[in-house]
Amino acid sequence: MSSLHIETTPSIEFPKGWKRRHLLDLESLTAEEITILLDTAQKLKSLTNNCKTKVPLLTGKTCANLFFENSTRTRNSFSLAAKRLGADTVEFSSSGSSVAKGETFVDTAKTIEAMGVDWVVTRHSTPGTPHLLSRELGCSVLNAGDGPHDHPTQGLLDMLTIRQHRGSIKGLTVALVGDIAHSRTARSNIWGLSKLGAHVIICGPPTLVSPRWTELGFEVAHHLDDILPRCDVLNLLRIQFERQKARPFPSVHEYAALYAMNGERMKKAKNDILIMAPGPINRGVEITPEVADGPHSVILEQVNNGIAVRMAALWLLAGAQQSN
Amino acid sequence: MTQEPRRSRLLVENGHLIDPSQQLDRIGRILVVDGVITAIDPSDGDLPPETERVDAKNHVVAPGLVDLGVEMREPGFEEDETIHSGGLAALAGGYTTVLCTSNTAPCIDSPGAVEFVRQKAARAAGARVHVIGCLSKNREGEQMAELGLLAEAGAVAFSDAPRSVPNDALLKRALDYCRMFNLPIFDRPEVPDLANQGIVHDGQTALILGLKGLPTEAEDLAVARDVRLAEATGGRLHVGPVSTMGAVDMIRRVKSRGIKVSASVCPHNLCLSDKELRSFDARFKVHPPLRSERHVEMLQQAVADGTIDVIQSGHMPRSREKKMNDLDLSPFGAATLETTLASINTYLIQTGVMNWSAAVDRLSTAPARIAGIPGGTLQVGANADLIIIDPHKKWTVDGNQFLSRCNSSPLDGKELAGQVLMTMVGGETRYKVH
Repeated sequence: MSSLHIETTPSIEFPKGWKRRHLLDLESLTAEEITILLDTAQKLKSLTNNCKTKVPLLTGKTCANLFFENSTRTRNSFSLAAKRLGADTVEFSSSGSSVAKGETFVDTAKTIEAMGVDWVVTRHSTPGTPHLLSRELGCSVLNAGDGPHDHPTQGLLDMLTIRQHRGSIKGLTVALVGDIAHSRTARSNIWGLSKLGAHVIICGPPTLVSPRWTELGFEVAHHLDDILPRCDVLNLLRIQFERQKARPFPSVHEYAALYAMNGERMKKAKNDILIMAPGPINRGVEITPEVADGPHSVILEQVNNGIAVRMAALWLLAGAQQSN
Repeated sequence: MTQEPRRSRLLVENGHLIDPSQQLDRIGRILVVDGVITAIDPSDGDLPPETERVDAKNHVVAPGLVDLGVEMREPGFEEDETIHSGGLAALAGGYTTVLCTSNTAPCIDSPGAVEFVRQKAARAAGARVHVIGCLSKNREGEQMAELGLLAEAGAVAFSDAPRSVPNDALLKRALDYCRMFNLPIFDRPEVPDLANQGIVHDGQTALILGLKGLPTEAEDLAVARDVRLAEATGGRLHVGPVSTMGAVDMIRRVKSRGIKVSASVCPHNLCLSDKELRSFDARFKVHPPLRSERHVEMLQQAVADGTIDVIQSGHMPRSREKKMNDLDLSPFGAATLETTLASINTYLIQTGVMNWSAAVDRLSTAPARIAGIPGGTLQVGANADLIIIDPHKKWTVDGNQFLSRCNSSPLDGKELAGQVLMTMVGGETRYKVH
């Protein structure tokens, strides 16, 4: 029962450069702010013995998980992060709630806030809902995914994982492969990685990768095999069948043939390539089991780092709220 | 009604008269007797006794504005607007005549429904209201509505807007059929499959924000179809509101070939770009969607050079509880009647894109001509539907001050120049700023 062990004197100093009360997206964060989040996550990770033990940094505070869209890993990861720091959690999901009775999400959030919570962690299928909540609520708002827009803690945990392996993000070539159009993870990675100096390649079929990304200064590729030898990191994004109205490619079979990371393709990759996936993974679609479970895969480390960056986010936002 | 009706005599003097229907653009005076304009620049000696005088010094005097498509929402959606509230909002915006759209519940596809709107409007005593009848039965896009009977009941045009006519053959048939009434068909051009339930302009902003895009080709293709069918049938077609460079291009080309089509644009598409969506605020979810700056620029040029004939308010009121939702759930729509004139003054006239004469043409004279209804002129013998505007008066848009039931405006919080001081309908002052 190591998780019940509580350290009495955690030593961590609040970073001077952090002022934000909300974590809404990575696009609006500066490189300095992202670095503070990653540094803090690293510190909290070691303070909690790899996110396994409790430190009472946020005792007495309450975190509300307000999920209007299905989630298991992100929701549990946020809950664990709050609990590791000694905070209480309250769970809310849209099914079986007053949302089903026609209440607007703002009213639902205000109701939860009125119960006395310090953070609202929210997931919603519509882009911008956390931004709207941040204007309506007095507590801190954390975006746990808003439609295809942003998923800041996912981007952060991906970056933390890369940093742990490579020391630095700067100068690395990172390819995001797959359903860019519908992926909030892709957008969080695009902004976060580019701010920290990585070269980002956005790869997938033209129906899922808009040419407008080039106008924004990013490299766009349609053939994975062409870019593979240059990549230090591959982040393989899930095909989001649930967000697609019409299939953007002829078949899953064809998609897998063109984009799945398999043993054959691994031979063309750099020796030290990192294989990442935000999960849930579709084995056999974007990644084959031999790669997902192989030596280059850091997929499970990403999951553990998820708790670390979420602890960092909760702690930093609480600190900023206190000093305001 | 035993009393003798009082003869009313009114002289609007010292104002800057703008009337493109008679190339009037100078200081002058207008005499109104019994609701009709009886003289321009009468001498003092020609004035009838006891003429009331209105001093319009430093102000613009123009024919009242005419709108080709206001959603009155009554019957069926009175939480958004009523014929009464919409009529008052129109007056406050300087409109003396509006055409109301057919998308009510029940929709306006029967003579009885036309009659209902006309009677309600007469009682409301706001702006004059003309009725657009449904083009298809129950707006289903399958069979023609009883266009002849609707015309007999007073409908002045036919449209299923804001829905585009989805069926090519139906549109062709209706254009053909309507030639015998010489009435226009209005189509809001959009190919539904390509629009694909998008909610904002399919551009860089949508890409960054992960919002479902409404691609420009959804409009371009529909405009191409519409103008081709107008050419094939010789029917009277008005497309709009349009919002894309592609639409402008197509309209310019077919007009140069002498085909009778006209087009309109909404003020928000002339003033604001899709960058506004960065706030995720549903008051920027309007239809047509706010496009990128390049489109805005091209639309401004097109309306200045007359390729686009009409500026149409695009008034689509939706209640506060509907608009306070997130971007996906919130309906398209905004209250625009009360800001259109000031926004055109601020973004197009004061910036030198067009002059007052051209603006009044697009907002009043041209729409009256296209709808084939009285209005849009200060000529002697015309109804005294006129407005007095202070073109320099600055004010900040606050949706909560609107007379419309809808308080959602993409211009909320913006400072505009130009205020309607007085709106006169048939010689009667129905709106006045004190």
